[in-house]
Amino acid sequence: MLSLIPLLPFAGFLVNASMGRRLPKAASGGLASAVMVASFLVAVQQVWALAALPAGERALSQTVFTWIASGDFVIDLTFRLDPLSAVMILVITGIGSLIHIYSTAYMHEETGSEFARYFSYLNLFVFFMLLLVLGSNFLVMFVGWEGVGLCSYLLIGFYYTKKAAGDASKKAFIVNRIGDYAFILGTLLALVTFGTLDFQQIAGQVAAMPPEVTFGTFSLITLLLFIGATGKSAQIPLYTWLPDAMEGPTPVSALIHAATMVTAGVYMIGRNAVLFEAAPLTLTIVAVVGALTAIFAGTIAIAQNDIKRVLAYSTVSQLGYMFLAMGVGAFGAGIFHLFTHAFFKALLFLGSGAVIHALHHEQDIRHMGGLKAKLPVTYWTFLIGSIAIAGVPPLAGFFSKDEVLFYTFYNGHQLLWVVGVITSLLTATYMFRLVFLTFHGEYRGPQSAQGAQRAHGAHGAAAEHSGHSEHSVHDAPPAMAVVLILLAIGSAVVGFLGVPHALGGHNQFGEWLHPSFVAPAAHGMAEAASAADEASKIALERLLMAISVLVALAGIALAFGVWVRRPEIADRAAAQFPGVHRLLLNKYYVDEAYDAAVVQPIHRLSQDGLWRAMDVKVVDGAVNAAGQAVGGLSAVLRLVQTGSVRSYAASTFLGAVVILGYFLWR
Amino acid sequence: MIPLSYYLVLSGALFAIGTAGVFLRRNIITLLLSVEIMLNAVNLTFVAFGRQQGVVDGQIITFFVMTVAAAEAAVGLGLVIALFRGRESLNPEAFTALKW
Amino acid sequence: MGTSAFDAVIPVICVTLAGLVVLLAESFRKKQERMPLGGLALIGLIGAVIACVLLWDRNATSFGMVTADNYALFVNLIILTVGILTVVFSQHTVERDGLPAGEYYALLLFAIVGMMLMVQATDLLLVFLALETMSIAVYVLTGIRFNDARGTEAAFKYFLLGAFASAFLLYGIAFLFGVTGTTSLDGIGTVVAAQSMSGNPMILAAIALLIVGFGFKVGVVPFHQWSPDAYEGAPALVTGFMSTGVKAAAMAAFARIFLSSLEPMITDWAPVLWGVAAITMILGTVVGVAQTNLKRMLAYSSIAHAGYLLVGIVAGNEVGKAAILFYLAAYALTNVAGFAIIGLLGTKAAPNDDLRDYAGLWHTHPALAGLMTIVLLSLGGFPPTAGFIAKWYIFSAAVGSGYYWLAIIGFLSSVVSVFFYLRIVVMMFMTERDARPVPLPVAASAMAGLAVTVAAILYLGILPSRVIDLAAASISTVF
Repeated sequence: MLSLIPLLPFAGFLVNASMGRRLPKAASGGLASAVMVASFLVAVQQVWALAALPAGERALSQTVFTWIASGDFVIDLTFRLDPLSAVMILVITGIGSLIHIYSTAYMHEETGSEFARYFSYLNLFVFFMLLLVLGSNFLVMFVGWEGVGLCSYLLIGFYYTKKAAGDASKKAFIVNRIGDYAFILGTLLALVTFGTLDFQQIAGQVAAMPPEVTFGTFSLITLLLFIGATGKSAQIPLYTWLPDAMEGPTPVSALIHAATMVTAGVYMIGRNAVLFEAAPLTLTIVAVVGALTAIFAGTIAIAQNDIKRVLAYSTVSQLGYMFLAMGVGAFGAGIFHLFTHAFFKALLFLGSGAVIHALHHEQDIRHMGGLKAKLPVTYWTFLIGSIAIAGVPPLAGFFSKDEVLFYTFYNGHQLLWVVGVITSLLTATYMFRLVFLTFHGEYRGPQSAQGAQRAHGAHGAAAEHSGHSEHSVHDAPPAMAVVLILLAIGSAVVGFLGVPHALGGHNQFGEWLHPSFVAPAAHGMAEAASAADEASKIALERLLMAISVLVALAGIALAFGVWVRRPEIADRAAAQFPGVHRLLLNKYYVDEAYDAAVVQPIHRLSQDGLWRAMDVKVVDGAVNAAGQAVGGLSAVLRLVQTGSVRSYAASTFLGAVVILGYFLWR
Repeated sequence: MIPLSYYLVLSGALFAIGTAGVFLRRNIITLLLSVEIMLNAVNLTFVAFGRQQGVVDGQIITFFVMTVAAAEAAVGLGLVIALFRGRESLNPEAFTALKW
Repeated sequence: MGTSAFDAVIPVICVTLAGLVVLLAESFRKKQERMPLGGLALIGLIGAVIACVLLWDRNATSFGMVTADNYALFVNLIILTVGILTVVFSQHTVERDGLPAGEYYALLLFAIVGMMLMVQATDLLLVFLALETMSIAVYVLTGIRFNDARGTEAAFKYFLLGAFASAFLLYGIAFLFGVTGTTSLDGIGTVVAAQSMSGNPMILAAIALLIVGFGFKVGVVPFHQWSPDAYEGAPALVTGFMSTGVKAAAMAAFARIFLSSLEPMITDWAPVLWGVAAITMILGTVVGVAQTNLKRMLAYSSIAHAGYLLVGIVAGNEVGKAAILFYLAAYALTNVAGFAIIGLLGTKAAPNDDLRDYAGLWHTHPALAGLMTIVLLSLGGFPPTAGFIAKWYIFSAAVGSGYYWLAIIGFLSSVVSVFFYLRIVVMMFMTERDARPVPLPVAASAMAGLAVTVAAILYLGILPSRVIDLAAASISTVF
């Protein structure tokens, strides 16, 4: 049964990839959505069965077949469902289904074969993502890990006629590959160290050993894995691809670049909680990187003008929170935030998609405004999502963010807590800036054909629209509206799954997850603290909670004051601190710095090399940062191949001389 | 009796001459001849070793090598003719259409 | 001498006979008469496959020079598969491009004879003779389009450098003969194992020269320079054949000699091969990035793959030996399919082997584009294809023997290599076709063959254990 969960989307992929172009749009989109819903139902049934088991023994597994068996090391293709992966599959199939349904309406302008192509990629993505979270060992996880990267690459570049989309997809792919490279090295090192790649067996072995105090093998393995995670989950320094990835269709941004794929790194750390706990050094690095990413991306988000880019930086920032939680050892809190974030971030992205859809591919919030009355469903759902992410009780984001911040403080990282609280202020501010600029005030968009041109440049399929005036703006069609409303309900209520003790709850979510974060032998409940400790802990949590609520409200108020009451303040601030504003607007010039330090020198080498060589043009498609780096080297090295048979013979001879020389003088 | 090392030095020298010929000379047919010199240098080595060890293997191997060399020469000369027909030249530098 | 003395060479005889029959049939062919020469070739090859399967586990030997141990049979099955696929893909192309069918198939079969014998040989003299049998046939195949200037140039370069490298190899054999007094692999192994040879300059020279000779055939840096030119100039189907068959045969013989007879001296030669493998992986990938001709790109890719294969020899452990065999199987299937797609899309007039020719292939040849994508993903080592398991297996062997850096270099270069494989994918799926004429549709039989090959690539990636078990069992009887 377990294997049915990933196989259903895969079947959908096969059908859509092989004959989707001949099917009517309703059939290919409907099929893709149907397999997702079916997969979700199976997932629910399986999780139900899992929940029926006693708390310490919650694990279902199914070995499909033995994948690699050589000598003493055996790798099975095994799916394992435990509380942690249960949360993940519900998010993936549940939110995935909603996004599939939403897409059937959102992508209706595409031609039949493009439509089928889109859904086949989307189904394939879900398949790999499920493989990633259900795999019981590193290698199966890696298959999913690579696969989701590939699908993300294909989907970012979906509008391939746009050059920006092609560049963004390449950037995403190459940055991800750097991370994957570290990941597979970490996996190999784990194999050599433990002799197995099974998560549970590794956890069992690690639990039997004392944690490392200095930098050792565990630290190296976990650090390599974490580098892999920074690539997939867009953390410093490998975060640059995610904002650019917004070139893909908006539902893709919602599914892949907000709700699921980017959380793979967080999931991976949660999956190997025992291993990471044995390497406190790495955990500290994880926490610091997470906190820095959170605040760094948060500040960038404030100055962005593209609605999707604001959300993209917001995602980077929220992922930073999750890593912060992982780094301070609050694995349950991190996964809880992942869970709630999936709801409200998918909601926000789909809401922004509805706006973009309504405005015929206008993405600049400076050209929006006053849409509240015209897009009521979108407005209210978007508002709920914004309140949720800002951390206002009792919506979902409040509970999870509060838990993350509380554990950061409680586990002794007060400085990181301060960073987290500031980020929380930023979050509320940039989200409500977005809400106010998009939905409130006056409509600032073009009234006639001027804007249409820009919109056409952005997307060829919109060509038949003769321009969007204020009057042609329409709210989300039913398929989209239903999805928005469902997600809004989710964003409002899922937080109650993890009501903390401080508010009289039981934190069921944390308790449910707990067995996944301890070694198999050590199953059991968290050690019971003494009553006095518990009381002071609750008092502290209540205090911190009050602070973060105040901070969130302050952020909303700030946004209200600056962008609604007196919009000129924002302009004046920008004028007064032009340096700061430009710095933020240009994303701290990180892309430029990369460009100047790495790309340009190699680019120059490549130009000279090419010029000296011949008038060969590197194929225009290959204009890409890393591509040019290697390309330059390549262009020089290929000159060795002169075409003259005599020089080839000389090189063979030289090779022989070098080997003989080595033997003589070693 | 002439010591083994003399033969080895001679064959080594021949092999070096052949090798140098392949990447120094500028005529395709000379290149073929240079390869033949290399093979014959090896033949000499085989015979010398065989004689030193008192077995006939060395000489037998030589016959096989000669046969192979003849087959190679046939193919090689055929290719030279085909090349010459195309470009009316025997300079190896004339045939560098495939490169980089 | 009973019939059993011939057991080990039965597969070779099958192929030889088929070659002779094809040649005879061709000579009796009337000018415009059509003959099923490809079918005759297939009969011989399939007969050899059956013979190989029947000989499995019997460890037959013939004449003291030929063995049919499982190792040889495993590689021979790879070679025969490559041969069968090449014949299937060639059927249509040979006719369309007006190649001399009789010679084409006969040379193909004789080359296979050489390859098989090379793998089965247990005597260095036979290794050399088989290598030459294979090489001479392949030289001619490279230039089979004798009116094509580029084809002839490619053949000549390959031929001259090949002869040059064979001389090095032969010189190495001569030195081994001089030191040990024998050319038999067992005999050499006994002598080398009995006395410490580490300081003996003659045997070190022999090792160096053997590395040059085999390194050339396998196509590793710095003995690789013939291969991009030869691969580009030859017809794509021949390229597919020689980039896999020749490499498999040479690699198998290389591994047999170095990991059995010369195994006691592993500490002497392993550092050399370490260096060769490292620069081969790096150079093959890096130079591949700048290529715009698909055949040339795949040529550099196969140079890099030769480097990965060498990693298996350097590692030298049980996993490494089995990994070499698995890698050869995965690589052979993948590369044959890749070059076949190039060959099937091209014609004599329009080779269609430039990167730009693949723009928008998804719209004109969707099935072919899909198959090519899987092939490219396998070359790049993506799960769940054969290429991924093969790489994983090779590098875990390297790490198992403590060669961390080699594994790191290997992974890094495969990261880079993905860049140029994906460039082709981008071309096929994400680029509009310019004004160039659309390639012709592809023959159904060839499509079926491709589909089977790609299915096998996926099979090896998803359910590799059977083949891995076979590979592991094959080496246990030899080394």
